[in-house]
Amino acid sequence: MEEQDLLAETLEALLADHCGAEVVGAAEGSWAPQVWKTLEEAGLTLIGIPEEAGGSGGGASELATVLLAAGRFAAPVPLAEAGFLGGWALASSGLAVPAGPLALVLARPGGDLRFEGHGAALTLEGTAHGVPWAGVASRLVVVAPGEGGPGAAGLLVGSVEPVSATIRPGRTVAGDPCDDVSFHGASLRAQDLGGAGGGVTVEALFARGALSRALLMAGALERVCDLTVSYASQRHQFGRPISRFQAVQQQLAVMAGEVAATRAAVGNAVEALAEAGSRPETATAEIAAAKIRAGDAAGVASAIAHQVHGGIGFTREHRLHHFTRRLWSWRDEYGHESHWAGRLGSLIAGRGPEALWPLLASRPKPN
Amino acid sequence: MSSLRLPPVRLPGTVEGLRAELRAFLAQELAEGSFVPRCDAWLGAHSPEFSRKVARRGWLGMTWPARYGGHERSALERYTVTEELLVAGAPVAAHWIADRQTGPSLLRYGTEEQRQRFLGPIARGECYFAIGMSEPDSGSDLASVRTRATRIDGGFLVNGTKIWTSHAHRSHFMFILCRTSPLGTDRHEGLSQLILDLSAPGVTIRAIPLLTGAHHFNEVVMQDVFVGDDLVLGQVGEGWRQVTSELAFERSGPERLLSTFPLLVELVAVLGPEPGERAAEAIGRLAAHLWALRGLSLAVAAAIDAGEAPAVQAALVKDLGTRLEREVAEVARLVAPERSRLPAGSRLFPLLTEALLTIPGFTLRGGTTEILRGIVARSLEVR
Repeated sequence: MEEQDLLAETLEALLADHCGAEVVGAAEGSWAPQVWKTLEEAGLTLIGIPEEAGGSGGGASELATVLLAAGRFAAPVPLAEAGFLGGWALASSGLAVPAGPLALVLARPGGDLRFEGHGAALTLEGTAHGVPWAGVASRLVVVAPGEGGPGAAGLLVGSVEPVSATIRPGRTVAGDPCDDVSFHGASLRAQDLGGAGGGVTVEALFARGALSRALLMAGALERVCDLTVSYASQRHQFGRPISRFQAVQQQLAVMAGEVAATRAAVGNAVEALAEAGSRPETATAEIAAAKIRAGDAAGVASAIAHQVHGGIGFTREHRLHHFTRRLWSWRDEYGHESHWAGRLGSLIAGRGPEALWPLLASRPKPN
Repeated sequence: MSSLRLPPVRLPGTVEGLRAELRAFLAQELAEGSFVPRCDAWLGAHSPEFSRKVARRGWLGMTWPARYGGHERSALERYTVTEELLVAGAPVAAHWIADRQTGPSLLRYGTEEQRQRFLGPIARGECYFAIGMSEPDSGSDLASVRTRATRIDGGFLVNGTKIWTSHAHRSHFMFILCRTSPLGTDRHEGLSQLILDLSAPGVTIRAIPLLTGAHHFNEVVMQDVFVGDDLVLGQVGEGWRQVTSELAFERSGPERLLSTFPLLVELVAVLGPEPGERAAEAIGRLAAHLWALRGLSLAVAAAIDAGEAPAVQAALVKDLGTRLEREVAEVARLVAPERSRLPAGSRLFPLLTEALLTIPGFTLRGGTTEILRGIVARSLEVR
């Protein structure tokens, strides 16, 4: 517990010093390499990767602390992509985790990203759309089926230089890089490729991606709430702070409710993932619930924040949009609320009415 | 907003066994037909017989000292028991108030004699209490209550009217908030809590039927009712402080989010294992919101147990929870199969009807949504 607090404090201090509003604003459309460098030097970018694999150690709880902080500062760096996603896939598959920012290029059902051929003639083909951070990554982590098909046994994990791909740049609603990545006959070095390790499946990575965004949203929601409450106490109209008006007070309270509920939801999901170990699919329900709750909260809270801030919050110069645009983007990444609600609802329906309460009462686990 | 964060919950290991006991007990009671699951059962379903059964199993007065008839178990164990009972829609209304707040108030403010007199019978499921706070002219503005307690030899003479007093007609005693000193510059001063014997001369109880036709609301008129000094709760003049400290914590219990859970379970049942995309999404979204909120409610309970005072989070649980309870019914109405397609014996329609009719009360009782949000907002500003 104390280590956790120390990690949180360290991140808070570093980001407060190095990732303020000016830095985030200047990173618009790109990223903040200095922030990445600072975090990397402090060993914070490879949390979640075992030390044996060249990482900083730590598990789901530590990763959560990192991503909550990243969300709170709108850090324009691919923090989730290393320790939580791409780096995790590499380490779990017995492959080296390279230094520097990574991007996860993940095959999706219905897409054509795949490995073709065998042995030395193996090549990477096809396109992945909307890959967060691909354009600024120093290496791309690819997870795609080999010729055995997409089943776990035929899934391959590898890392490549971005020059091996054709990258068509794009941006999220937040202005963060989010690019289409195409491969045509790209080959990988033998040491950079392997069969997907235990627990590494397309579904597991998609779910981890969803949880990473839920955590980032939870952090950003806290910041948005803080900014809005502050603004309402400082902005005077009609001879008093606007926070005195009941209409504003009601909205602040609704927003606070969304923040608190999201925090509880991501807490559940992190606990579930920590316990899931090598069977991450057992945490899918909790992750679904967290992504749904955070996504719903993002919509409600961002609307209230902009409404309370009035005109100034709608400008580029004010920092509110650093957070609200990211909330709008993160809620759509790795499955939006409807996608996960459908999956969670189907899971619940399949298990039957008697299993619903035991599912909801399953967390926290008793000691 | 670091001030909204709560420490992670550590559930005692005994909770799993306790849940299993509750579930077995409830399954047996259901099989024997001793109750039918209801929405809002903690207010709407009053059964002295059931309350005594629950008491015999050691599930009332759970956290109270054994010397008063309690079982010295933890708050989180009690939380577990109460949520299992609510989820089953069991008829717990008779003992609910006494167990939830009367007992803790007596432990906090009561005299030794009062504790000896009341706690044992409450823990046995035999003595029921109502809450005497609201009046015809005092709802959200609780400090404006006009019920007067005038000092006489040996006690007080009480005059006034309390309203919305659920189950007063079937309760033995009622805590009343009344004015013992004239209204001065500080309207929160001069209020006291007295323990009223509902069978005392001068007490008249009149039923106030709800729009559902059900009777749990009452008007309680007190005309020159004598209340002895031995039935003052806590300190004369400290009524406001005593009452508000209680109110904050009752807001976040499982009854603030599970009132319509039996309906949700029935909805999942009638939709079957392949409900279609629209219904699946609706169920999934409700479940996600309930799951998060239950986590928050539990975290508040754990924090209170650890000596914290998370009043903001408690108010948020009630606001979010009561809105969610309503949403369960509104979703059920729109995604449930047509009545003619419901399986024979399905209770969806009666549960839904009951829920829809009782919903307006959820966001009013125990502090209206509007009042709670004002409290939250002001607290946020101060931090």
